[in-house]
Amino acid sequence: MLVFIVRRLAQALVVIFAIAIISFVMFRYVGDPVATMSREDASVTERAELRARLGLDQPVIVQFGDFVSRLSRGDLGISYRNQRPVADMIAERLPATLELVLVATLLSLAIGIPLGVITAVHRTGWLATTVQSVSLVGISVPTFVTGIMLILVFSVTLRWLPSFGRGETVDLGWWTTGLLTVTGLKALILPSVTLALYQMTLIMRLVRAEMIEILSSDYIRFARSRGLPSRSIHYRLALKNGLMPVITITGMQIGGLIAFAVVTETVFQWPGLGLLFIQAVSFADVPVMAAYLLFVGLLFVTLNALVDITYLIVDPRLRTSRP
Amino acid sequence: MKRTILNLSTAAVALLAASAVSAETLRWANDGDVLTLDPYAHTESLTSSFLHHLYEPLVRRNADLGFEPALATEWELIEPTRARFKLREGVTFHNGNPFTADDVVASITRMIDPDSRARGNLSAVTAAEKVDDLTVDLILTGPTPLLLNDLSGVFMMDKEWMEEHDALTPGNTTTGTVTYASDHANGTGPFKLESRTPDAKTVLTAFDDWWDTPIHNIDTIEFTPIGSDATRVAALLSGEVDVITPAPLQDTARIDGADGVSAIQNPSLRTIMLGLNVGDDELDAAPGSGFNPLKDVKVRKALWQAIDMDAIAAKVMRGKARVAGLMIAPQIAGYVAEDDVKPEYDMDAAKKLLADAGYEDGFTMGLDCPNDRYVNDEEICLAIASMWKNLGVDVKLTTQTKGNHFPKVDNGETDAYMIGWATLPAMDGYSPVRAMLATRDGEMGGNNPNGYSNARVDEIAKLAGEETDDEKRLAMISEAIRIARDEIAFIPLHQQPLAWAARDNVELIQFPDNYFRAWHYKVN
Repeated sequence: MLVFIVRRLAQALVVIFAIAIISFVMFRYVGDPVATMSREDASVTERAELRARLGLDQPVIVQFGDFVSRLSRGDLGISYRNQRPVADMIAERLPATLELVLVATLLSLAIGIPLGVITAVHRTGWLATTVQSVSLVGISVPTFVTGIMLILVFSVTLRWLPSFGRGETVDLGWWTTGLLTVTGLKALILPSVTLALYQMTLIMRLVRAEMIEILSSDYIRFARSRGLPSRSIHYRLALKNGLMPVITITGMQIGGLIAFAVVTETVFQWPGLGLLFIQAVSFADVPVMAAYLLFVGLLFVTLNALVDITYLIVDPRLRTSRP
Repeated sequence: MKRTILNLSTAAVALLAASAVSAETLRWANDGDVLTLDPYAHTESLTSSFLHHLYEPLVRRNADLGFEPALATEWELIEPTRARFKLREGVTFHNGNPFTADDVVASITRMIDPDSRARGNLSAVTAAEKVDDLTVDLILTGPTPLLLNDLSGVFMMDKEWMEEHDALTPGNTTTGTVTYASDHANGTGPFKLESRTPDAKTVLTAFDDWWDTPIHNIDTIEFTPIGSDATRVAALLSGEVDVITPAPLQDTARIDGADGVSAIQNPSLRTIMLGLNVGDDELDAAPGSGFNPLKDVKVRKALWQAIDMDAIAAKVMRGKARVAGLMIAPQIAGYVAEDDVKPEYDMDAAKKLLADAGYEDGFTMGLDCPNDRYVNDEEICLAIASMWKNLGVDVKLTTQTKGNHFPKVDNGETDAYMIGWATLPAMDGYSPVRAMLATRDGEMGGNNPNGYSNARVDEIAKLAGEETDDEKRLAMISEAIRIARDEIAFIPLHQQPLAWAARDNVELIQFPDNYFRAWHYKVN
């Protein structure tokens, strides 16, 4: 176990360093911060001065050296866009994104798993057929379309739910939460449903496929012939084994959701990391983009490790140390 | 006892005042957030526009965009390089500190600090000197005809407050200096900062001790950025916000069709035009060709004549743009109506001109455009590219984000490109003459990467910058703008429209500089 964790950490460091290099190289092509930072009618001299101040006139290798040495000190720098420490900005936006992703994930598991079992057990019923065809829509419609449709129905026409923002949040000092106020909870509904939709259908289809396979296996047949109630067969025996890939996918998807909440956050003006990143891109705010990419990289590496460890816990066969 | 009576009477006065003006909330959504609350960290127009509610300049623009006294009541030039300003008495900051000459000196010093990104907006001022508590001298580099224009955008901060929070110098991205002023504010303006959550909500409340008599009746301004166009419109239609800026052109009809909301549209000060690279020996899109057709004024005229601006204004801009013949809008000082004529759209004449210039078979040329900077920028360029193709020019169209487009333009790597110019913050025709038409060197021609060069225009750029006789100055500027039209240094397209939308109970003025000035607005 310990060997495993150490190996994981070493891998993580390599990945993070690779991301640092890639993100740094990428910034050569995302635009010129000097253009977005200087006055519209700035003179040539003025622009050159700003370039020198930002250290952008240095050779790329020198700039990369600065970047890495600052990173190793844990300094993420200052945003070009609004001159605040990037670390603060990320810490400020993280709660919004994590709450959104958490709610969306719970939603997709709570709805996706039962639907998956139902469609697997009653394969030809009208319910299963309907769910199957609706799920196709969920997979194929782009997020922003879903988001806008939901806004049209629930905000503009029915006026039940807010179309943007987080509502009122409660500041706990190290965390801001929208889960404790009515407006905060209301504001969560549309974005989390939008974000959950794709994942919900994914989980549903995955559970269905696994269940169909398991239900036709020998031990289920034995269980049936022993006269076990079908509910316990479906939900205890079969589902437990069918959940392995679901854990993997959900773990991997959480990282994906945080990274790809960008679209949902943009549609609903959800003040999370995705929105921060999109704005950084349009402003060529290099320090923010770099920090964001590193953060997402770190997240994926961590989640991967967690999924592996969960595997060890769920599946006893993996605990025998392999050569 | 005496004190109690006094307190009671002030309370009564306060009550009367409060009942005279009902407390109203204005919920305003804009497509981007305020970048920072630090007045000198940016020159982005929404940020400046927003900060005008919190901070005030010495001289401000009135409802007609002329100048009027704000924190200074009078001013005079006592020497060619020394301007004296008398300050308004009895002005207090939001924290209760009195406004004095020390604050002006500290503010100007902070503004012209090398780290201040906005310092170019006050390049003529080298120092501020206190004469007495309510008198300040500004030391100038030389005669400065646009001093008031410049000062109308320079906000006054409180020296004690800056000292207390270690914000006497602006923030510096390079050295990692963060300033308290980035997310806190203490000005003299009509509203004070209640709370700010970047990208979510910024709340302002009316400042009771404002020196001026409010004509607005707004008690609270709730400012929310909503980046997605569709969501912003939905928020207005669902009654969650009262005003949206901007309203997408394609949705204005729908907004007008909805109950209780309407779109407000007017041409703005911003002229959209095409820059043309006349200096290079060959075009970037045709390396190795060995010639540059754009050097020939006939070719430039042919390109202009081949653009059916009326069709673009009607179809792409939905009839809301004003077709332009000059680089500056009618409201800008230096504009002359007689000069505002353009060659009529005439494809045959354009083809003939091109043939006369020796390009019967056309040529290959690049056209570069941003896709997230001006109203329908990409659509306009697509239309122009197809019109130029009809003319026989092989157009290589590139549309990309502004962060990539403008550096490319600035490096002179474009043949023809889109740029918009509003002459802000000065609102004066001198700005394009100096920045876009003058031959490029360290100081002049910052936005002239085209190699355009005209001796008379250069002379005007120098003279008009120092001419304090307004009539003479404007005559020179008009002349330079006319030369640019005759030589087709740029092809003006139109003044792009401003489109806002609001609930019908909001009384607002849409200023052509696209500034939101809530102290002129009412909520009924």
